[in-house]
Amino acid sequence: MTNLSKTCLHQTHVEAGAKMVDFGGWDMPLHYGSQLEEHHIVRRSAGMFDVSHMTVVDITGEAGQPKAFLERLLANDINKCATEGQAIYTCMLNADGGVIDDLIAYWMGGDSYRLVVNAATRDKDLEWMAQVAEAFAVTLRERSDLAMIAVQGPRARELAAGVLPAVLQERVQTLKPFRAVFDGDWFVARTGYTGEDGWEIIMPANDAPATWSSLAAAGIAPAGLGARDTLRLEAGLNLYGSDMDESTSPLESNLSWTVDFAGARDFVGEGALQEQTPARKLVGLVVLDRGVVRDHQTVLAPEGGELGEITSGGFSPTLERSIALARISVDSPERVEVEVRGRRLAASVVNPPFVRKGKILVSV
Amino acid sequence: MSEVPGDLVYTEEHEWLRLEDDGSVILGITQHAQEALGDLVYVELPEVGQSLTAGDGVAVVESVKAASDVYSPLEAEVVAVNEALSDAPEKVNEDPYGDGWIARITPSDRSALEQLMSADAYQEFLDSLDD
Repeated sequence: MTNLSKTCLHQTHVEAGAKMVDFGGWDMPLHYGSQLEEHHIVRRSAGMFDVSHMTVVDITGEAGQPKAFLERLLANDINKCATEGQAIYTCMLNADGGVIDDLIAYWMGGDSYRLVVNAATRDKDLEWMAQVAEAFAVTLRERSDLAMIAVQGPRARELAAGVLPAVLQERVQTLKPFRAVFDGDWFVARTGYTGEDGWEIIMPANDAPATWSSLAAAGIAPAGLGARDTLRLEAGLNLYGSDMDESTSPLESNLSWTVDFAGARDFVGEGALQEQTPARKLVGLVVLDRGVVRDHQTVLAPEGGELGEITSGGFSPTLERSIALARISVDSPERVEVEVRGRRLAASVVNPPFVRKGKILVSV
Repeated sequence: MSEVPGDLVYTEEHEWLRLEDDGSVILGITQHAQEALGDLVYVELPEVGQSLTAGDGVAVVESVKAASDVYSPLEAEVVAVNEALSDAPEKVNEDPYGDGWIARITPSDRSALEQLMSADAYQEFLDSLDD
């Protein structure tokens, strides 16, 4: 039995009766009773997720150096952050153009930046960042002293606002998507991983248990990683390690929009990407037959030829049918089949997202 | 603590079976099984008339995140299936020993039921899993 890491909210989850699971070495809540109910409450009202296991890294350094470092490290252009608190979603790539991780990068003003990367990839991410940082006069500081709670859903901002420190309450009212405001170690960003409106709130770990209780008292329901996964799949958001990894490029992961070739930044992996002509693409599948498709199942043409495989498959509570992300040949037909336990289920190829802001965006 | 009714027999795969007056056997999954699976979203039922040998898959229960086989511990023929589960798989979560039954089978040899676990034995088996 390995020793699992625990967030500062671990005790809160256990006391709430959560079913706990090992997620990338962290003992995290899968659900608090019903994953489906938690999914629906986020689509219809407001739910909250403990995402304190995610890794926050603050970057500072000599004038201009942190920006130069991020111009090199990130496939998207940090110069898009034109106002303090603005963010970009981006991949960091290896020299072959494979995805080391996906992350959100914030400009905190001046020579100060913040990166939020995945928990399961923490060690290799920090190692890689340190390696790229050798050529720059920058300091990387992991903020394991902070906790993070995501409040998500159409009512999340309205219900959570009163729980924030008074100094931030007014400033969050005008916060636009992919922007953050902060005061000391409190940081509120209008971001998320569910396809719904909401905030990701970073705070001192010591403040997290009381904040969680206050958010619950304000009417925001605790939701586990199970619902987080079905929500992000419906929203067409990639999961690192399932939908992309170091062997796949962002160009075949439906993330071309996050790669910025303009300008003369010379980011890691740029040369490799420019030589690529992707043979595969990441698409959405809506399963037409009854049954549930799962990760790694084979996608076939109706005539039988293999097209690729499911990278994230499951049941969509909003569509009440199975959906998936799949990496398939670029010349695949619009109607495909998935081999499921000896049966073949028909599926149609769609452009994700499947669901955003409570609305179904694909025809079923 | 999982509920384990006394009038049923059980398997190590967390199925329950109940002998009916007419000699047929109702089969389902236990409270422990439905809790472990989480919200069910699909149940793949067998065909009525299907012949099963002991250890055959009789159904597939799929939760939001995983699929799990339900096995027949007996040689039997399927005589009825719980069609209601097609539209309401959540019945298995809500009432695993009642409305959430999966299939009715006719065993070739009813005495084979005696080889399965009593409620007490199954409870002991569950307790041993917690250790």
